[in-house]
Amino acid sequence: MASGIRDKVAILGMGCTRFGERWESSAQNLMVEAFQECLADAGIEKKEIQAAYLGTHFDEVNVSKAATPLSLTLRLPFIPVTRVENFCATATEAFRAACYSVASGAYDIVLALGVEKLKDTGYGGLPDINSVDSYMVGSNTTAPGGFAQLATAYSRVWGLPMDKIKDAIAHVSAKSHANGVLNPKAHLRKAISEEQIKAAPMIAYPLGLFDCCGVSDGAACAIVTTPEIAKSLKPNQDLIKVKAIQVIGSSGEEAGYNTWDGAHFATARVCSAKVYEEAGIKDPRTEISMSEVHDCFSITEFVTMEDLGLSPKGGAYDDIMGGRFDLNGESPCQVDGGLKCFGHPIGASGLRMIYAMYEQLLERVPEERQVKNARMGLTHNLGGLPSWNVCAVSVVGRD
Amino acid sequence: MIGICSYSGYIPRYRLNRGVIYGAMGWMNPATIALARGEKAVANFDEDSITLGVAAGNLALQNVDRSSVESVYFASTTLPYKERLNAAIMVPALGLKDQVRAADFTASLKCGTTALLTALDGVKEGNSAKTLVTAADCRLGKPGSPQEMLFGDASAAVVVGSENVVAEYKGSYSVTYDFGDHFRGVNSKYDNQWEDRWIRDLGFDQFIPEAVNGLLEKTGMQIGDFSKVIYPCIYAAARRGIAKKLGMIPEMDQDNMQLEVGETGTPHSLIMLAKALEDAKPGDKLMVVSFGSGCDAICFEVTDNITKIPATLSATLASKADLDNYNKMLVWRDIMPADFGKRKEVDHWTRYSAMWRNRMLVLGLVGGKCSKCGTAQIPAADICVNPDCGAVNTMEPYPYADKKGKISSFTGDNLAASVDPPAIYGQVDFEGGGKFMFDFTDCKLDEVATEMTVTMSFRRKYYDEKRDISGYFWKAVPAKEDN
Repeated sequence: MASGIRDKVAILGMGCTRFGERWESSAQNLMVEAFQECLADAGIEKKEIQAAYLGTHFDEVNVSKAATPLSLTLRLPFIPVTRVENFCATATEAFRAACYSVASGAYDIVLALGVEKLKDTGYGGLPDINSVDSYMVGSNTTAPGGFAQLATAYSRVWGLPMDKIKDAIAHVSAKSHANGVLNPKAHLRKAISEEQIKAAPMIAYPLGLFDCCGVSDGAACAIVTTPEIAKSLKPNQDLIKVKAIQVIGSSGEEAGYNTWDGAHFATARVCSAKVYEEAGIKDPRTEISMSEVHDCFSITEFVTMEDLGLSPKGGAYDDIMGGRFDLNGESPCQVDGGLKCFGHPIGASGLRMIYAMYEQLLERVPEERQVKNARMGLTHNLGGLPSWNVCAVSVVGRD
Repeated sequence: MIGICSYSGYIPRYRLNRGVIYGAMGWMNPATIALARGEKAVANFDEDSITLGVAAGNLALQNVDRSSVESVYFASTTLPYKERLNAAIMVPALGLKDQVRAADFTASLKCGTTALLTALDGVKEGNSAKTLVTAADCRLGKPGSPQEMLFGDASAAVVVGSENVVAEYKGSYSVTYDFGDHFRGVNSKYDNQWEDRWIRDLGFDQFIPEAVNGLLEKTGMQIGDFSKVIYPCIYAAARRGIAKKLGMIPEMDQDNMQLEVGETGTPHSLIMLAKALEDAKPGDKLMVVSFGSGCDAICFEVTDNITKIPATLSATLASKADLDNYNKMLVWRDIMPADFGKRKEVDHWTRYSAMWRNRMLVLGLVGGKCSKCGTAQIPAADICVNPDCGAVNTMEPYPYADKKGKISSFTGDNLAASVDPPAIYGQVDFEGGGKFMFDFTDCKLDEVATEMTVTMSFRRKYYDEKRDISGYFWKAVPAKEDN
C-alpha cells in the first residue's frame, strides 16, 4: 500500500523573480534570477544539487524543447536533467518530480525550476495550442472563452443569476488586486474597485478584462531535500514540509460523456480529496490556513473554492461576498495577488504558488500581508480548460 | 415515371438592404439608385457555395432514403476548389454513401439545369436510382457596381428519381451560345459584364423565346398549358417583352425574387422552381428555363405527391436577420482588409492525410455508438467514453448532423480571432447522448441562452490564405423558435 509523500520531503530553499512584462529579460535571465535567490535561500552550493527538473510550456516562444536550456543556462555540472510539461500545471509537476526523486531515495537534493517567457508573442493572451487534429474540429476557443462557460453553466445548474455571479467574481478580482498592491514582485499592482471591474471591456462573456489574469514573464524554483538534511542544514528555521501533492488528469468524461454539468472541475474534486487523504486533513475548510488557487479567471477561483471543499457546494457566492477569502478573512486566498495580479507565466506559476505559501509559513512577508499563525497552505494549479484539464493540488505545512 | 422526388431552396439568414449599399457606395455610381430597392441575401461569413449547397441538399434529402442516392451533382460558378472535387466534399456532409457518382458542373449560370438534365437522363437510363442535384453561388460585384446591388447568395436542390415523383419530367430543349454577358477568367474575383442593353435585347429577348418555343415545338404543348414559366431575368422591361412575345398571361410569370433575395446565379432557376413547386397544385405544368451561355428549358407536370414536401424555401426566406452594416459584408467576403489581430496569423493548415483519417467526423459529423453499452459519443473513440464501460474498438458509426442538442454552456469571445466577433461557442449536449464544444453561427450573443435547442449546420471553418484551402466543419445553430 502506497504511503504517499507526506512529511518525506522538505523545502530547503525557494526563489521567484518579479513577474511581469520583463521586456529586457530572456527566459534564461529569469531562470538565473530565480535560481540565485533560491540557492542563497537554501544555503548550499550549486554542485550539491544532484538532479534537476525544468518546467516550461510554450517551448516555441520560450526556451525551446528538452531540459538542456536549464542545464546550459545554470551551468549545471553534468547532472540528470528532465523537462516536464503539463499545461498550466507544469511547475507543480516539476515540483512533484523533484519531491518524488527525493522521497524515492534516488537523490538527496533536487532542483525544480519553472519558467515562461510569454511576452515575445506580440499580442495579449496566450498563444494557440491547437494540434493538427484539433484544428479541424475544435471550436474557436481561447482560454477566457473556455473558462467563461463555467459562469453560464453555473448559473444554469445553481440558478444563480448572471448579475450575482458578476458581483462575486468582481469581488474575487478586487481582492486579488488589493493583495497585489502590497507585493513588490507582483505584475499588476493597482487597486481596482468592483465597479471598475464590472464596467471593464468584455473579453469573453461574462468575463471582462479584470476577470482575466496577467500574462507575464517569470520564473520560480525550489530546492527540496529530506527533512533530516533540511534540519541539519537549517537547525534554527521552521521546517516546511510537503504534506501532499496530487496531479489528476481528465479522463475525457467531462468533454464527451453527458454526466458533467460544466459548472465544476471534476479533476479538482478528485485531486483535492486525494490530497486531503494524503495530508491527513479531515476538514479542509478549517484546517487549511490559506490558499493560492489557479485564478486564471475570476470564475475559475469562484467554482474552485467549492471543488476544493473550501466552500460548500453552491456556497461560493456567500463565502466570497462574506469576505472569507479576503486577506483578513477566515481563509485568505491569493495572498500574493494570485495569477490575477502576481501574474501567470505558465511554466512558473505552480512553483510561484508554493513560494507564496513557503514565505507565509516562514513568516517572512511584511506585516501588512502576513497571514497570522498559518500552519497549512494549499496550492491549486490547473492546466487546460474546464472540459479537459490537468489539476495539481499540493499542501505544504510547518509542524 | 421520372422526375423530381424532392426539392428545396435555402436562403441564408442575412439580408442586406439595398438602401444600405447605396448609402455606402452610391456616391461612386449614383445610377445604382434605380436598383436600390428591397434587400439581397448575403451568405454568412462562414458560408460559401459548398456549404450553401450542403444546406439545400440536406433540406431536400429530409424525407429521402439517402442510401438510394447514387449520383451527386453540384452546380456553381463559385466553386471553392478548381481541383479537389467540390461535390466530393459534400458527399459525407449530405450523409450519402461513398459509392456514388459525383461531379461538379460549372462555368455557366445555366449549369444548374444542365446538371438537372444530366440527372434526369441518368435516372431515365437506369444508371442511378436517385440523383441529388444541388446548385449554389456566391457571386461578387465590385463595391459600387450594379452587380453588387443585384446579386444575392442562395442555393437550391432537387432529388431526381422514379419513385414518389412530385413533378414528372416531360421534356427539355437546350440552346448553347458563347454569349459573354457575364464572364470571369480563372483569376477573377468579381463579375464582369457587357452592356445591359445588349444582354437584355439580344440575350434574354432572343434566347428565352427560342428555348421556350423549341420546347413547345418538341413536346407539342402550348404556352397556355403552363401555369408558370420560370426564368431568371433581372430586366423588368425585358420580362414584359418576353411575356408578350410568348403570349403569357401575367400570372404565368414566376416572380424572380429580386426584391427579397437577388439574382443568385447558378441556382436561380431552381430557386424559382422551388417557389413555384411550393405554390403548385397537382396537374400544374411548369416550365423552367435557365440563362447563361444559352438556355435549358425543362418541362414538369406536378403530381398528387406535391403536398408531401415541406416548403423549405419559404421557411428559410422568412428566417432572416438584417445585416445592417455594409462594411461587415466587405470584410466577410474579403473585399476589405481588416485587422483581425496577430492571433489570426498563426499558421494552421489542413494536413490532407489527417483530414482523410478524420473525414467522417470532419465532413460528416459522424461519431460513434458503443456496441457494448450503447453510449453515443463524438468523436468516436477507440475506448468508450462511458467510465463504467471502457470497451475497446466497439464504436459503430453514429451520425450527429441530424441530431438536436441543448446548450449547456456558452460564451461570446472577443479575444478569439474571428471575422465576426465575438466568437460564440459552447458545449452542446445531444439528445440521445454525446456532447461536443461547437462554434455557434447564425445567432447573436444576446439571443443565446443555456437550455436552448440547437441544430447542426455545415460551415466553412477556416480559410488558409497561404495555401488557398477552405476547411469545413459543423457548427451549432440556436433554434430561432426558442428565442
